[in-house]
Amino acid sequence: MLRISQLNVIFGHGASRNHAVKDVSFTVNKGESFGLVGESGSGKSTVLNCISGLISDWEGSIEIDGTVIGSRRDMSFYRKVQMVFQDPYGSLHPRHTVDKTLKEPIAIHGLGDANNRVERVLGEVGLGPQFRFRYPHQLSGGQRQRVAVARALILEPEIILLDEPTSALDVSIQAEVLNLLEDIRVERNLTYVLVSHDLAVVSHMCDTISVMSQGETVEVISREQLQNEDIKRRYTRQLLTASKGYDRAAIDQFQDF
Amino acid sequence: MNQEPLLHINDLNVTFPSPRGAVHAVQNVSFSMGKEKIGIVGESGSGKSVTGRAILRLLPPYAQVNAGAVTFKGQDLLSFTEKEMRRIRGMQISMVMQDPKYSMNPVRTVGAQICEAYTIHRKVSRKEARAKTMKMLEAVRIRNPEQVYRLYPQEVSGGMGQRIMIAMMLIPEPSLLIADEPTSALDVTVQLQVLAIMDDLVTQRGMGLIFISHDLELVSSFCDRIIIMYGGRIMETLDACDLHNSTHPYTRGLLNCLPRIKGEKGRLQTLVRDASWLESDFSIPKVG
Repeated sequence: MLRISQLNVIFGHGASRNHAVKDVSFTVNKGESFGLVGESGSGKSTVLNCISGLISDWEGSIEIDGTVIGSRRDMSFYRKVQMVFQDPYGSLHPRHTVDKTLKEPIAIHGLGDANNRVERVLGEVGLGPQFRFRYPHQLSGGQRQRVAVARALILEPEIILLDEPTSALDVSIQAEVLNLLEDIRVERNLTYVLVSHDLAVVSHMCDTISVMSQGETVEVISREQLQNEDIKRRYTRQLLTASKGYDRAAIDQFQDF
Repeated sequence: MNQEPLLHINDLNVTFPSPRGAVHAVQNVSFSMGKEKIGIVGESGSGKSVTGRAILRLLPPYAQVNAGAVTFKGQDLLSFTEKEMRRIRGMQISMVMQDPKYSMNPVRTVGAQICEAYTIHRKVSRKEARAKTMKMLEAVRIRNPEQVYRLYPQEVSGGMGQRIMIAMMLIPEPSLLIADEPTSALDVTVQLQVLAIMDDLVTQRGMGLIFISHDLELVSSFCDRIIIMYGGRIMETLDACDLHNSTHPYTRGLLNCLPRIKGEKGRLQTLVRDASWLESDFSIPKVG
């Protein structure tokens, strides 16, 4: 479904040159969830931004459904690939109601039947009709993230890119949003690429997990391997130890990578 | 612990006026602590930060704070004037905030700011203060203190910023440190390293620590006791080792909705909130 090979991204030049993504390659099959995990600055979000077209200056190849796509994308690309962002407070237009936000992609793509589509998608993400004409400030964080998911779903895409979809939410709300994402994926046979810094979230949602550090892929492991701690690289092991909580003795063994 | 608690709070209430009636942010909160690490855990809006700030009287003037008693080392903090409170802040009780970038002065070097924290409470020469600052920077494991001394807050990374903040807060040698989400903005490994530094210093100096966080698992592995707050009230207070045996429905709900690396793939449990938790006569159901 999605094949990335030898992706390279370089920001800046001269002294401020930053090789943010180095030779990253992975393949995601249809209906699968693929997780990208790493610490800040590891390049995980940059990879997602390259796929979605938010960064146009990259080298390598991105293939969707066997078609190679370049840095310019056409309308049909956006019908296939949609994205949900990290911050539900920043990614919704503050002066647009939920209804207006959701109708915009329909108008852009000339799909018609807007009212029914909005009604259907709101039901699907678990927001009642009473939320339809509210502004973002009248919604809680979890409800806003549901609107963001609805906006991605309304074009009936096949691939959804999720950039830290729950890191701004409380754990109880995170559980609801993760459940929603999983239900939708099963129902519509969607393909997910999920970026997160939280190993537990990624291992809950994804079958295959790629660990990134400083722009490079450290290791690609399956969910079972992570659960059985069948890990080859030191970096991944340290990340796993750190996600288990505070252990004074283990912290002294930490290294900088 | 010993005879007299370090900090004792009885019946703390904080309300904020609003056009739609007063918002009761903290309701009837009471606890006592000695030289230990105590964690306050709750979701956003549970009143955990407001509790921390109310102890140091750092809330905006329109906040109404009422308490039966706030005693620190036997002194009644409620009777203190603003001038007397300034002797307490930093010197006796200090506070580490979440984001070092916003809590430091951007136009002064971090070294000068740490120095100031020391000289404001002690009559020492500038040279002495500088030497003490260097020692403190080393204590928070900054390898090149001379260099870091001259940096501005925006020139340091998140993890280093938080270590500088801890150095600044510990240099006057307070007896109680309140840390309000000190590591939430950091990567997991850096987070643990910063916590380890804080842990070591607090233990060496025999201080008390109030650690405010939303991360239940982290707090249970780091602190001795945990206070769980919801809707401005204390749901329960328990020893960290007993967390997984808790019978309070809110605590259980929070624990169950966390995704786990070794967990099943299916649906996560969601938290069903119950209005009766906020009633004053709510008692924890016994399992049996």
